[in-house]
Amino acid sequence: MYNPTVARLTCRALLGRRRALILCALPALLLVVAAVVRAMNGADDAVTSELLGGFALATLVPLIGVIAGTGAIGPEIDDGSVVYLLSKPVSRTSVIVTKLLVATGTTAVFSAIPVLIAGFILNGNSQQLAVAYALAAAVGSIAYSALFLLLGTVSRHAVVIGLVYALIWEALIGSLVPGAKTLSVQQWALALAEKVAGSSADVNSSVGLVAALVLIVVVTVGGTLFAGQKLRTLTLAGEE
Amino acid sequence: MTTIHIDRVSRWFGNVVAVNDITMDIGPGVTGLLGPNGAGKSTLIHMMGGFLAPSNGSVTLEPSPGPDGRPVTAAPIWRNEDSYRHIGLVPEREGMYDFLTGHEFVLANAELHGLPDPRAAAAEALATVEMEYAQDRRISTYSKGMRQRVKMASALVHHPSVLLLDEPFNGMDPRQRMHLMELLRKMGDEGRTVLFSSHILEEVEQLASHIEVIVAGRHAASGDFRKIRRLMTDRPHRYLVRSSDDRRLAAALIADASTAGIEVDQAEGALRIQAVDFTRFTTLLPRLAREHGIRLYTVSPSDESLESVFSYLVAA
Repeated sequence: MYNPTVARLTCRALLGRRRALILCALPALLLVVAAVVRAMNGADDAVTSELLGGFALATLVPLIGVIAGTGAIGPEIDDGSVVYLLSKPVSRTSVIVTKLLVATGTTAVFSAIPVLIAGFILNGNSQQLAVAYALAAAVGSIAYSALFLLLGTVSRHAVVIGLVYALIWEALIGSLVPGAKTLSVQQWALALAEKVAGSSADVNSSVGLVAALVLIVVVTVGGTLFAGQKLRTLTLAGEE
Repeated sequence: MTTIHIDRVSRWFGNVVAVNDITMDIGPGVTGLLGPNGAGKSTLIHMMGGFLAPSNGSVTLEPSPGPDGRPVTAAPIWRNEDSYRHIGLVPEREGMYDFLTGHEFVLANAELHGLPDPRAAAAEALATVEMEYAQDRRISTYSKGMRQRVKMASALVHHPSVLLLDEPFNGMDPRQRMHLMELLRKMGDEGRTVLFSSHILEEVEQLASHIEVIVAGRHAASGDFRKIRRLMTDRPHRYLVRSSDDRRLAAALIADASTAGIEVDQAEGALRIQAVDFTRFTTLLPRLAREHGIRLYTVSPSDESLESVFSYLVAA
């Protein structure tokens, strides 16, 4: 299922200069904001929850997910180099699963770890907030990666669609409109954070934990299977 | 000895038919797939390479008989990853992990094939295409010809019995072209099935003993190159001629057997001449003009473009 060569190629493509810069910029911003907030307000659980939930989980994680998820396959399909992966006796499912692992790992490293550090900066992990949100970010990374990897295989405009989804659905509608919340990866991840964080902490998800976990598994597995299917029947546009 | 069977294959994109009911077998040796741009060559190669499903018909790969001599049944190439054990693909597009060095790229290809000793295989393939000297440079720094050779190395790394190349000579300089031709000729002599596409007659003439001609999605001609070449040169040649006295010139020309028809084009103020014996006509025209004291202002072949050569072939 896991192909080390595919993983190596995907990693190097993902962490190429420009993309790595964007991947570093967003977490850096979070850490700077966290430091500034701590310096100005002192440790405050409510503010911590607001920043990690409202900014990190709602914006940072989906954005990193878009960059890593679509970047793990989109550019290869665009420039045609994916031919070299696919014209091999390697199952397309294993190509997708490997790319999912790389995208998930990248998203988690560039979102969950900064969230954890930011949490410690903000309130020293009081009420387990840092750990709760970092865990939520890590779990969210899996679903986002699968979703955006699929998007990368089906559309040439994956980045744009992904950004619109991340910014409008997850950051705006998913946070504000009650009905839409159920269908938001962010809320599923929050359900986990709610469980881990202390009972008096202000972490609320509109989705129950079991439902959230089921939805995450469904999206991840379904998205990966569908992406594998797309890859098996990938046709290369002729240049005639 | 591997053969690709193309059996009544059509492929359409929406309303456009790119490949129209083609049947052919591509066997050992070098085969040239010739046709003007947009004829459907790439579409056909994509189907042979398993990157496009035929809308109709089948494309199958029949590997050489196993060690016990029993024939192996032909298997469809579409959605069959195993067929890549036999196929080496040299795509036309340039995208090829530019951030890798040539060596890293070929090595990755060897690993993906699951070869027992990928390093040795990569080194051998790079030596075959004579790219060792630049193997540690990034592909992004390569010239078009160098990229083409590294693509070749990646396709050869697992010693495939079938090699499919889409317009491999595009953008190569004459020396690189010669080198690649030599290499392909050698592969063909070794009994591999080598198929390359080209829209340039001379390339195909130099390299392939067997050619398949595709025009407008149809299989126009197949077989020995000399036969097809003769068809192409024996076709009526059309000329547009302007002179000081078109009608007198026309009368003199039609008396000779080398012309089949002459039209006085009033609007153009010129003669449209159809010549059947090309060599004789080209010596006859100036001689007749001189004998009759007629000045020639324009003599231009009106159908020398490749497309018209091909369309003649379709009619033949």
